Amino acid sequence: MTNKTLAEIAKGLADGEYSSVEITQAYLDKIKAKDGEINSYITVTEELALQQAKAADERRAAGQADLLTGVPIAHKDIFCTEGVRTSCGSKMLDNFEAPYNATVVEKLNAAGTVTLGKTNLDEFAMGSSTESSFYGATKNPFDLSRVPGGSSGGSAAAVAADLAPGSTGTDTGGSIRQPAAFCGITGIKPTYGRVSRWGMIAYGSSLDQGGPMTKTAEDAALMLNVMAGFDKRDSTSVDVEVPDYTTALGNSIKGLKIGLPKEYFGEGLDPRIAEVVQNAVKELEKQGAIVKEISLPRTHLAIPAYYIIAPAEASTNLSRYDGVRYGYRCENPEDVMDLFLRTRAEGFGMEVKRRIMVGTYALSAGYYDAYYNKAQQLRRLIKDDFVAALNDVDVIMGPATPNLPWVAGEKDADPVSMYLEDLYTIAVNLAGLPGMSIPAGMVDGLPVGLQVIGNYFDEARLLNIGHQFQLATDWHTKTPA
Amino acid sequence: MSLDRSQVENIAMLARIGVAESEIENYTKSLNSILDLVDQLQAVDTTGVEPLANPLDATQRLRADVVTEVNQREKFQKVAPKTEAGLYLVPRVVE
Amino acid sequence: MEWEIVIGLEIHVQLSTDTKIFSGTSTAFGQAPNTQASAICLAMPGVLPVFNEKALFKAVQFGLAIDAEIGKTSRFDRKNYFYPDSPKGYQITQMDYPIVGLGEVEIVMDDGSTRKIGVTRAHLEEDAGKSLHEDFEGMSGIDLNRAGTPLLEIVSEPDLRSAKEAVAYLKKMHSIITYIGVSDGNMAEGSMRCDANVSVRPKGQKEFGTRTEIKNVNSFRFVEKAINYEVQRHIDIIEDGGEIVQETRLYDSELDETRSMRSKEVANDYRYFPEPDLLPVVIDDEYIEAARKSLPELPDAKRDRFMSEHGLSEYDATVLSSGRAIADYYEAVVAGCKEPKLAANWVMGDLSAQMNKFNVEFENCPVPAEQLALMIARITDETISGRQAKTVFECLWNQEGEVDAIIEAKGLKQVSDTGAIEAIIDEVIANNPGQVEQYRGGKDKLFGFFVGQTMKASKGQANPAVVNELLKKKLDA
Repeated sequence: MTNKTLAEIAKGLADGEYSSVEITQAYLDKIKAKDGEINSYITVTEELALQQAKAADERRAAGQADLLTGVPIAHKDIFCTEGVRTSCGSKMLDNFEAPYNATVVEKLNAAGTVTLGKTNLDEFAMGSSTESSFYGATKNPFDLSRVPGGSSGGSAAAVAADLAPGSTGTDTGGSIRQPAAFCGITGIKPTYGRVSRWGMIAYGSSLDQGGPMTKTAEDAALMLNVMAGFDKRDSTSVDVEVPDYTTALGNSIKGLKIGLPKEYFGEGLDPRIAEVVQNAVKELEKQGAIVKEISLPRTHLAIPAYYIIAPAEASTNLSRYDGVRYGYRCENPEDVMDLFLRTRAEGFGMEVKRRIMVGTYALSAGYYDAYYNKAQQLRRLIKDDFVAALNDVDVIMGPATPNLPWVAGEKDADPVSMYLEDLYTIAVNLAGLPGMSIPAGMVDGLPVGLQVIGNYFDEARLLNIGHQFQLATDWHTKTPA
Repeated sequence: MSLDRSQVENIAMLARIGVAESEIENYTKSLNSILDLVDQLQAVDTTGVEPLANPLDATQRLRADVVTEVNQREKFQKVAPKTEAGLYLVPRVVE
Repeated sequence: MEWEIVIGLEIHVQLSTDTKIFSGTSTAFGQAPNTQASAICLAMPGVLPVFNEKALFKAVQFGLAIDAEIGKTSRFDRKNYFYPDSPKGYQITQMDYPIVGLGEVEIVMDDGSTRKIGVTRAHLEEDAGKSLHEDFEGMSGIDLNRAGTPLLEIVSEPDLRSAKEAVAYLKKMHSIITYIGVSDGNMAEGSMRCDANVSVRPKGQKEFGTRTEIKNVNSFRFVEKAINYEVQRHIDIIEDGGEIVQETRLYDSELDETRSMRSKEVANDYRYFPEPDLLPVVIDDEYIEAARKSLPELPDAKRDRFMSEHGLSEYDATVLSSGRAIADYYEAVVAGCKEPKLAANWVMGDLSAQMNKFNVEFENCPVPAEQLALMIARITDETISGRQAKTVFECLWNQEGEVDAIIEAKGLKQVSDTGAIEAIIDEVIANNPGQVEQYRGGKDKLFGFFVGQTMKASKGQANPAVVNELLKKKLDA
């Protein structure tokens, strides 16, 4: 019962094959049975889920159901959920029950979705492996010894393991696309400003963007239809009309111009992944797409620029965690300084502290120009490269990740080695473009993702490509043994 | 650019993160390896390039001056570490 | 050695908006702690700022009022520092691109001399909360009602050369902001706060001396006293061969001294950078013109008009245009009586004296302007004499009723009827034959005696001008 897509569940509910309470209960049972080993959830909201499911069934009975009414989903534990612990994977917020809902949660609630729980993530979304969570690491369902990617690793693993048919995620430098690739699911990071950031706990404010993580592109379209849209509470939200993302899914991709940046196939890429990606592109060519080699010459500068901008913004976004108004407070602080120093030393994990310190340094007197300002200049150059390329082609494709999911703990000693794994995803956030990862093949029993990067607000085209690819292939149906 | 121990101590202080003497070595090492990574930027000539703060180069919208928030003190203070008489309590602030 | 004093002021003005600068939370003053602290004011996880249009408009109005450059693209930055009353751990302010650029104001000193004082910039920012130090088991209490209140920080050039000039500048700013209504300027409630940067240098020296910053001097009087204290402290230290330490100091009004703020001694690195949750604020010429059109007449223009149209002296015109309330009051009186000079005399004279004595502001003047105007009209139509007017005024001040009713009730009507006055004069002459003899014999001084007697006999109601005229006629006949 739990190996279905969102679209299938929506249909099953509409056809009266099962009730929301039944399907919700099935997922809750599966979570109980299986999540012990995967650890994809931080909090399972059983009571709330059944309550919402019951309400959804009543709404359907009253003839007022929307497409997703009664469909159970999970939320990355970075989205504030009223009355439910919202931890962001941190000891700092272990006791924090948000007094309000994120806009994304509010919209999905209004559509009638059922919240199964809050999924695990790297602490404050800082990581690419979901190992830095205060609540322990999430495992990759395809190989429990390996990482699921991050930071939305809990969401990706839950969807891959059928512990949720879909989940919200967030992506600051690849945090939707990379775990989607590692767990064999579909994940789309929309254009910056497309999905409201209100109530989404900030990491890098100018980079963060929420998006859906699902089994299929069609499901992603269904969720994004609800999640996207202008929000007056977010100054960076964009007032551009939201199309119905499902409308374009069936379009032919004949004549689609695909650019393959030569820099995405160079040194550092696992040749087996290169092969998977090339095969996927061939499939699209078969469907009438035209492929062209392009160049994004500053690709190698994206990681250094990102590891200044994101930590700099994070270093001040996380200043509010001071033990005064909510969250963790150290015991018996002697004075205000002691309160701050110990609360933050004890409440934050190692990687978070590291990034706060890097960001603090990058903004400090005498270094601002050399670091932060320089990185923002680079950012414009990187964006310009994309804009120029997208004048020539409709979409850009390449691998989502340079390597297969690594063995847990492998990169503990050297954080920089993990940073380098975000090589292909990070530039997209710097430019604010939409990017998607879809399952494109398997290597050694591990999923491989194809990344599709589109022009601003061109999410419909990405989902169309994903859907057409998924009609012709079955990589998205591969499930863990 | 490379950081020494005392710089790391200063940064930790600025960031209000208590760092034990025994941790400084480790932080210095890992921060320096991150700085090695980001220092690649220094080689790029960016003369005359306008920094990009918002990827869409968008401009600020304005909000009408209308009260939309209601008093939710009780709800907000339920998650507070320590309050009294509606105030958030902290160790005595010296001025 | 002769010392030159160099002062620059940073004035924080609370803009009068209904809601905070970045959230729809009420800014009403004096509410129970943290009842006006929304999730945004509290910096809860995931909350975001959205900019209040009224705060922008008022800042632009202020800029236009001081003839300053308006930043068509302004930007918000984060100023990072940890403090319990700073919920986000940073303050949203404007660093490199303020909304208001270079401008200037003219100040007038007591001796009538004027000086132009440069305004470096004025920028928008949010206020912090308050720490309350009453004893809560040895702890402080944080109230965040004020956090996020819109402030305009007005930074002057170091152009001020005495504490008196600083006060004149502060008063001028107070008058401008209250005139155009961008703030209520209430210093007691903290709507206007002032930090003073003070240094001294030997007269003729170009370089500035080391400065100290005096924080939060919140009345005109304290600004003057604090600066004077600080200047003397600088001079004493330097003359004793010491050196001034650049630092922040707090003025203690009870002891009338400044002292170092130790807690601020930790070197700060504010790590300013563009606030990523807000975008550049872009305004066009149309917006600026709309703001310009919305401005009322400004003090300097009003002063000039009072001189040219009302024929007032520069001093009177300056005093009467120094504040919106006094100017509005004066103009209402003129509108009612058409006698600008008399109106100016009464407003600046008896009325101001009473107001000062009872410490009443013009906003709350107990004498309605139209009543004062009516009283002046009764002087000019000779219903009452100037002396009687004093009595009427006293009654008006004590709110004993309206002008005509007071005149009636107190029997104050001036007698101008020549027949009646003639009869009295005839009686006075008849009763004082000796004095008449002496007067007619050349003792001119006795004329006053006859005026006095006549007024006394008329119980003060005779029109003095008529009395004078008739007495002259009768005695000299």
